Amino acid sequence: MTETVLKGKAIKLGDNISTDDIIPGRFAHLRSNLAELSKHTFEDLIPNFASRVNQGDFVVAGKNFGSGSSREHAPLVIKMSGIVAILAKSAARIFFRNAINQGLPVLLCDTDQINDGDQLEINLTEGVIRNLTSNARLTSTKMPPLMFAILKEGGLIPYIKKHKDFEL
Amino acid sequence: MGKTLAEKILSLKSGDIVIANVDLVFLQDTTGPLAIKQFEESGLKTIAAPEKTAIFIDHAAPSPTQQTSNDHMLLRRFARETNCHIYEVGNGICHQLVAELFANPGNIIVGADSHTVTAGALCAFATGMGSTDIATAMALGKTWFRVPETFLINLSGSFRKGIYAKDLILSLIGQLGADGATYKALEFGGESLARLTMSERLTISNMVVEAGAKVGLFPSDEVTQSFLSSQGRGDSYKPLYPDADASYERIMSINLASLEPMVSFPHTVDNVHPVSEAKGIKLQQVFIGTCTNGRLEDLALAANILKGKKRYSDTRLLVAPASQQVLLQAIEKGYIHSLIESGATILPPGCAACLGLHQGVLGDGEACLSTANRNFKGRMGNPEAMIYLASPATAAASAIKGEITDPREV
Repeated sequence: MTETVLKGKAIKLGDNISTDDIIPGRFAHLRSNLAELSKHTFEDLIPNFASRVNQGDFVVAGKNFGSGSSREHAPLVIKMSGIVAILAKSAARIFFRNAINQGLPVLLCDTDQINDGDQLEINLTEGVIRNLTSNARLTSTKMPPLMFAILKEGGLIPYIKKHKDFEL
Repeated sequence: MGKTLAEKILSLKSGDIVIANVDLVFLQDTTGPLAIKQFEESGLKTIAAPEKTAIFIDHAAPSPTQQTSNDHMLLRRFARETNCHIYEVGNGICHQLVAELFANPGNIIVGADSHTVTAGALCAFATGMGSTDIATAMALGKTWFRVPETFLINLSGSFRKGIYAKDLILSLIGQLGADGATYKALEFGGESLARLTMSERLTISNMVVEAGAKVGLFPSDEVTQSFLSSQGRGDSYKPLYPDADASYERIMSINLASLEPMVSFPHTVDNVHPVSEAKGIKLQQVFIGTCTNGRLEDLALAANILKGKKRYSDTRLLVAPASQQVLLQAIEKGYIHSLIESGATILPPGCAACLGLHQGVLGDGEACLSTANRNFKGRMGNPEAMIYLASPATAAASAIKGEITDPREV
């Protein structure tokens, strides 16, 4: 079950971050060895990404986060790095669904209100983000109830284990 | 109120959530192993319909590494255990084989690959998903969708000489932007449809995801019928059109006669320029193939331009047919002969150099013009390389000159 109130630091990224930026395709041969694969998270975009992340931090991006390939390894390695939620102005469709299926929340909101290093508190049930550094309060776009149910169970596999089927 | 094609296939109105049975669920060799892991973890022991489930070994095939070979072994074991379809090294690219063998008008198709949208050309609601969604769809025989709103793209006029379907879709992506159609269905209509071949429609549908779209649908018409008949599946044809009073979120019009040859510059697909702005950019590699432009018509175009000519001495020319069927027909028609004589290297049917796993990884500072669908930084295996996207005609002309060239000038 995913925690519903999260507190952590923002790591700010730009627009159009592709799944190739998140985990380059050239490491596809490591996909069955997630521990090795995850060492290359954001390798071409952010040198020493792993050392910048503390468990519980958030990735905060601009528009079209996670565009490109359907590789679910992208949200998977972000989650493995210690990131507990992604905030973006918009996210690519497949990435959005993959992240939720991995139990990694994606909140769509006006991320211009967040700077690198800001402390944030996120209430997933209400979809509200409080920027503790600037005191700004942001609301995120509501996701379909089925998707939220999948997220609450910690992802699609725990959801299916419990419910055996999709429930509308 | 009438229905769009997406609403007709999903039988609901846009915005609704639907749980729908799938007609085909498939995975490939870079997303498949995680799907199988998730399937085994889910506790759902069997797949719902082996005859509607397919595995394609195409992305890194033949395998370039030990790890990939072990992944391929896992996929083969899973296919044996579940009795699902498996298409092997050299059979071709999943999306081309789905078009040749499976996709029918009105189908719902999900694949663990973002370019699953290709089958929208056959009026199938076909969309890409991740490994866990695909694992669940294999097990349950169904998945959930939110019915998308639709942008109608009205096409009029005819292509002028030297301009092709690739130029049309690049131009549209340039207009929409990389996220301009996120979550939307694109539906193609207008008086030009009857003149767009299935090969051209597949090129167009293939790339709708580069504007963020969930699906790219063509109506099912005589072109669809004739393609299905050519593949021995004429019985699967049924006409399928949107209702005249369907409601669209946005309507765009493109006159094909107004288009120029287009080139996507590094490092985003929507960074689209007319070829005149790209002229003279030196190329170390030209790659013709992929699920976007590796079909018989594409190889014919390239072969006709290259016939009797030579590639530029310092520009490698790689050609990968999209499937075994395409390769055999291209041999019979003499295209492969012309291409080899011009200096091309023929690669086995599959994804080849497209995603940087093998068969044409670029060196530091090298530039490649590719007929593929993506030019993200690092896509062809090296973040220090530059990738330009264009039509097979522009690719062939550029291979001759060793620099980006307007195909109307050779």
